[in-house]
Amino acid sequence: VTAAAGGEVRGASIAALADGVRAGKLRARDLTEAYLDRIARLDGALGCYLLVDAEGARRRADAVDAARAAGRDPGPLAGVPIGIKDIFVTRGIETTCASKILRGFIPPFESTVTQRLADAGAVALGKINMDEFAMGSSNENSARGRVHNPWSLAHVPGGSSGGSAAAVAASLCAGATGTDTGGSIRQPAAMCGVAGMKPTYGRVSRYGVIAFASSLDHPGPFGRTVEDVAALLEVMAGADPLDATSIPAPVGRYRDACRAGREGGGLKGVRLGIPAEYFTAGMDPEVEAAVRAALDELGRAGAELVPVSLPHTRYAIATYYLICTAEAASNLARYDGVRFGLRAPDVHSLAELYSRTRGEGFGLEAKRRIMLGTYVLRAGYYDAYYLKALRARRKLAEDFAAAFTRCDAIVTPTSPIPAFRFGERMGDPLQMYLADVLTVAPNLAGVPALAQSCGFTRAGLPIGLQIIAPPLGEEACFRVGAAYEARTDWHRRLPEDPPAGARREVTS
Amino acid sequence: MSRIRSEEVRELAVLARLELSDQEIERMTGDLDAILGYVDALKDLDTAAVEPMTHAVPFDCPLRDDVVGVSLPVEEALQNAPRREASFFQVPRIVHKGGGAGEDES
Repeated sequence: VTAAAGGEVRGASIAALADGVRAGKLRARDLTEAYLDRIARLDGALGCYLLVDAEGARRRADAVDAARAAGRDPGPLAGVPIGIKDIFVTRGIETTCASKILRGFIPPFESTVTQRLADAGAVALGKINMDEFAMGSSNENSARGRVHNPWSLAHVPGGSSGGSAAAVAASLCAGATGTDTGGSIRQPAAMCGVAGMKPTYGRVSRYGVIAFASSLDHPGPFGRTVEDVAALLEVMAGADPLDATSIPAPVGRYRDACRAGREGGGLKGVRLGIPAEYFTAGMDPEVEAAVRAALDELGRAGAELVPVSLPHTRYAIATYYLICTAEAASNLARYDGVRFGLRAPDVHSLAELYSRTRGEGFGLEAKRRIMLGTYVLRAGYYDAYYLKALRARRKLAEDFAAAFTRCDAIVTPTSPIPAFRFGERMGDPLQMYLADVLTVAPNLAGVPALAQSCGFTRAGLPIGLQIIAPPLGEEACFRVGAAYEARTDWHRRLPEDPPAGARREVTS
Repeated sequence: MSRIRSEEVRELAVLARLELSDQEIERMTGDLDAILGYVDALKDLDTAAVEPMTHAVPFDCPLRDDVVGVSLPVEEALQNAPRREASFFQVPRIVHKGGGAGEDES
C-alpha cells in the first residue's frame, strides 16, 4: 500500500493498513476515501452494501488521524475500513437485517462488537447485505436485493453473511463482521475465497446482534487472510457484562498463534483429525480433490494426520433445523408492529395488527422457519421433535469431545459444493438446508471453526477448508490455518477487477 | 402419506400470528411435509439415556449487582414507534366500553 491518496488498497491486508496508519505512513482518511471510491465504482454490480455511511466513515477516519497526530494511540485497527453485517445494530444508523419488517429502524444503541471495533480505531464504512434474519445459504433471501459472487457474477456468494464475504473478496472493505448460526460465516467465506471464523460460543458478545437462534448464533470476523481474521477477533472477543452468555476467560493471542504456525517448526507435533463422515458421497469431486491436497500440504508442514470419527454427523442437519427454527419462532415473535419497524395499515384489532404486519413484513424463508419452529414447539410435538433434537445435540457435541482426545484440531471441507447459480436451490428448501451439512455441527457443539481458501474449481470458483478446534481452542485454528497459508498462495488470489463472469465455464 | 395437512398449517399460522395467503399455505404445506419427512431420520437415534442439551457451553446464570444503572431514555425507546401517544406505544383498542376485553370485537 502506498501513501498517496490511499494508493492501491485492492488486496491490502489489515496488518499492512493498521501498521501504516500507526506508523504515520498512511492516513486513515486516504484509506477510507480509497475504499469509498471502490464501493462507488464496483458495488453497483455486486450489491454488497445496503447503506454506505460515507460521512460517518470520514469523520471516524479523521478522528484516527487526529489521535495519531496528537500522539495518542490510535488503536490496533487504526484506520482499517470495515463492513458491518446489517444484523449488528448501530446507533443512529438504519439496521434492517435485510428484512422489510425492520425498514427504517434506527437503533438507539450500539452492539458490543461494533463498539469494540470502533474503539480499536476501525472505520465502519456501512451496513452489508445478508439473508433476511440470517436465514439462508445463498443471500437470495435478502428482502433488499441480490449479492453477486465477485469470482463470477452469475453465482451466489453463499450466505447468510454473503455480502460480508463478497465485500472482503472484492476489496470493498479490508475486513467485515458476520454471524454464523449454522455456517453463515464459513460457507460464504469458502464460496468467496476469503477467511472467516466462527469462534467458540460465547467468545464474542451477542449484545446488539439481532437474534435468530440464540443458542447457536455466533458473531465473528471475515478477513482476506487468517491473520486478518485473528487481528479482528482479538478486538471483537471477550467477556461482556451485557451478554450473560459471554465467556469470562481471557482473550487468546491469536496473531501470535498465526506466527507460530508460519514460523519455526510449522505444525510439528500437531495432530490433525480427519473425519471420514465429512468426505461423503455427494461432495463435488473438485472440492474433495482440493481438500485432500490441502491435507497433504498440512502433512508436509509437519502435522500428523489421524483418522477420527464423528459418528452422529448424519443427524446434524435434522437436529440443527429443529432447534434453530424453534428458537427463531420465539425470537421473531418480537416483530409485532407495535414498538418498531413495519406496521400494517388499516387494522381493527391487535390480533390483526400482529398477523398482518408479520405476513407483510417477513419473507418466505423467515415465514417457513417461524412455521416449522411453531410446529416443533407445539404441545404434543415438543417431545418428539424439539426435545429429541436437544438430546441429539448432546450426541453431536460428545462426538467432538471424543475426537479431540485424539487430535488438536479437525480438518474438513467447509462446503461440499462450490458457489451455485442464482435460483438453483431456491425452489427446494431442503436442498438449500443440505448445503450446510458440514458446518452446522460446530454450531450445535459450540466449538470454534475457521474457514479459509484452499483452491479453485476449473471454472474459477473458490474452495474452502474448515479447521475445527476444541472449545476456546481458537489458537489451534489460527496456527494450522496460518501454517497452510505460509505454504500456499490461494489467499493472495484476487477476483477480476471489476468483477466479471466465471473465467472458464466447464461443459461436460 | 403426508405428515401435515393444510388445515394444520392454517392453525399453526394463527398460533404464530402470521397471515398467509392461500398460495403460501399450499406452498408451506408441501415444504413442511418434506422437511418433517427428512427430520424423521432422528427417530433412528437412541437418545433414551441422553440429557437434553440446551446450551453449547456450560454456564451458570450470573446475576449482576442489584443497583440502578443507565436505562434507555423514554424518548429514545419510542423513537421507532410506528404510532405513539404521549409516552406510550399506540395500538388498536383492546379494552372496550362496558368493561369487556377481547380482540375479536370490532
